[in-house]
Amino acid sequence: MPDKENPDLKIKEKKPRKTTKDMWILRLYVAGQTPKAITAFSNLKRICEEQLDGKYSIEVIDLLKNPHLAKEYQIVALPTLIRKLPVPVRKIIGDLSDTERVLIGLDLLEAS
Amino acid sequence: MKKTEEKPYGHTLLKSPTGIQGFDEITEGGLPAGRPTLVCGGAGCGKTLFGMEFIVRGVTQFNEPGVFMSFEETNEELIQNVSSLGFDLDDLVKNKKIVLEHVHIERSEIAETGEYDLEALFIRLGYAIDSIGAKRVVLDTIESLFAGLPNQLILRAELRRLFRWLKEKGVTAIITGERGNETLTRQGLEEYVSDCVIMLDHRVTNQNSTRRLRIVKYRGSIHGTNEYPFLINEDGFSILPVTSLGLNHTVTNKRISSGITALDKMLEGKGYFRGSTILISGTAGLGKTSIAAHFAEASCKRGERVLYFCFEESPNQLMRNMLSIGIDLEPWVQKGLLQFQATRPTFYGLEMHLVETHKAVNDFKPEVVIFDPINTFVIGDKDFEVKTMLMRIVDFLKLNQITALFTSLTTSGTALEHTDTNISSLIDTWLLLRDIELNGERNRGMYVLKSRGMANSNQIREFILTNHGVELREVYVGVGGVLTGSARLTQEALENAEVLSRKNDIERKKREIERKRKKLEAKIISLYADFDSEESETLKMIETEQDMIKSLELDKLKMAESRKA
Repeated sequence: MPDKENPDLKIKEKKPRKTTKDMWILRLYVAGQTPKAITAFSNLKRICEEQLDGKYSIEVIDLLKNPHLAKEYQIVALPTLIRKLPVPVRKIIGDLSDTERVLIGLDLLEAS
Repeated sequence: MKKTEEKPYGHTLLKSPTGIQGFDEITEGGLPAGRPTLVCGGAGCGKTLFGMEFIVRGVTQFNEPGVFMSFEETNEELIQNVSSLGFDLDDLVKNKKIVLEHVHIERSEIAETGEYDLEALFIRLGYAIDSIGAKRVVLDTIESLFAGLPNQLILRAELRRLFRWLKEKGVTAIITGERGNETLTRQGLEEYVSDCVIMLDHRVTNQNSTRRLRIVKYRGSIHGTNEYPFLINEDGFSILPVTSLGLNHTVTNKRISSGITALDKMLEGKGYFRGSTILISGTAGLGKTSIAAHFAEASCKRGERVLYFCFEESPNQLMRNMLSIGIDLEPWVQKGLLQFQATRPTFYGLEMHLVETHKAVNDFKPEVVIFDPINTFVIGDKDFEVKTMLMRIVDFLKLNQITALFTSLTTSGTALEHTDTNISSLIDTWLLLRDIELNGERNRGMYVLKSRGMANSNQIREFILTNHGVELREVYVGVGGVLTGSARLTQEALENAEVLSRKNDIERKKREIERKRKKLEAKIISLYADFDSEESETLKMIETEQDMIKSLELDKLKMAESRKA
């Protein structure tokens, strides 16, 4: 589910890194349209819009439809966000409501 | 395979047999079917193996596919680890009988950013279950989640949901858990799994390690409550439900020779009862092993199989020593009728001995088992345990109608009728060997202390080891006590002398009467002779007289003629 409409990217004092790198490939694992899944997706979309300047793609995987896909990245908790690219692979669990932790988890922000 | 899911009273808990040796006996059928069971214990106690055997035997024996979800070991590791137990996991996985699901969570790779649940785990498990129609599930060790995921509140709620979900799925599940400090499991999993809790234990006492299994609880079912020793060997788990054995073994009236004729005579002339337990006790060097060897040889000659556990000597040493008293055991070993099992008692723990005994007996299927000696098991203050162990062995052997012969060394200074192991009550026939010190000699005496079910001799016999085996001699009981050895020989000489002199007496008397007879006969002959001569003289006289009468008459006639009267 790519999302590239992102006109005004605001780079704030958070000093984002790697935004100049190539495409980010993100994968969000959910199980159906649960409230947590919806929250996670909107949080993810917001953060990407804010940080990644259109150079990203988000793939949402519904494990209810494709349960065999959970094995590949050792998914246990839902929702889980996987940063496939750039390497190394990052894994973030939860509904992504803690933006700072998401940024740290995605390596967009140094852990303080 | 026969399923034990019978319902005698309608509401009885359904059970899912594990196929694990001995476990289904102590739980009267296996694990609660369709419910989760918690298996907990410390590191290295065999939790994973228990789960794995449950899954593998479920497929191979009960045709129930299974899912093994491992939170620690990878699939490759699992396959490798259990291949040493003869489980070809790889094959079972390929045939879609087993799904191995490795769940790995690395705390450092995970960032937590808000609300989440473990739905993915459910989905994975559900997918695995559905893909092969699994009836059995093992989660090993789900507590690893606690290390991987930071939010305990979520985790606990999710675990509760998981176990409920497993029940709804109707799978028989095993959840393993690491033992905690004060709780059964580190994370208190016993709160969630309440149907059946099994504890595995690995204890080291006196440098011997023993594995034990205990059923902590089993809702809705009767079960053994004891700690059961178990063993992990090349066939997997084997649990000994031996304390559940009752005293209901069948008995036989068949008798078998002890191999020593004189000893058989002391036991009504027929020997031991088949299937009975015989104890030979005595102080050191009295020939306990010799009696045992006699019995072994006699049994082999009857074509029976003998399993000989020697705990002090090596088989070769024992055979050499027995050769010196004329018992050659080697041919029987070669024929496969006699098998030695030589181990030091300290080599492993009591339970391990018990298990090994079971295994050896089950493998070899002997008619006779000999333990030589049993008291070496007593190391430290383990009397009670040794007794229980021997009781288990005795019960087990009796149940299988195996004649058991134990030897026991009595330490000098203790009462003779005391066995270190206090097992006398378990014994049917008890032969006591004692040394008799007299006149500067130490001799061996033997008597039957007890022998259930037979009118045994009450006599003490002197016990002699000769180069053709054990011999039993009558002993003399005198004022000074029992006479044995040279004292007995002296006594025998004395008796012999007396007999001799009596014999001489008789001879002398016989000669005298003969002489008298001869004298009498001579007298009779001479009297006859006298009479004869007298008779002939008298006859002669009579003849002369008659002649005279005739001549007188003749003369008279002549005279008349001459006178012509």
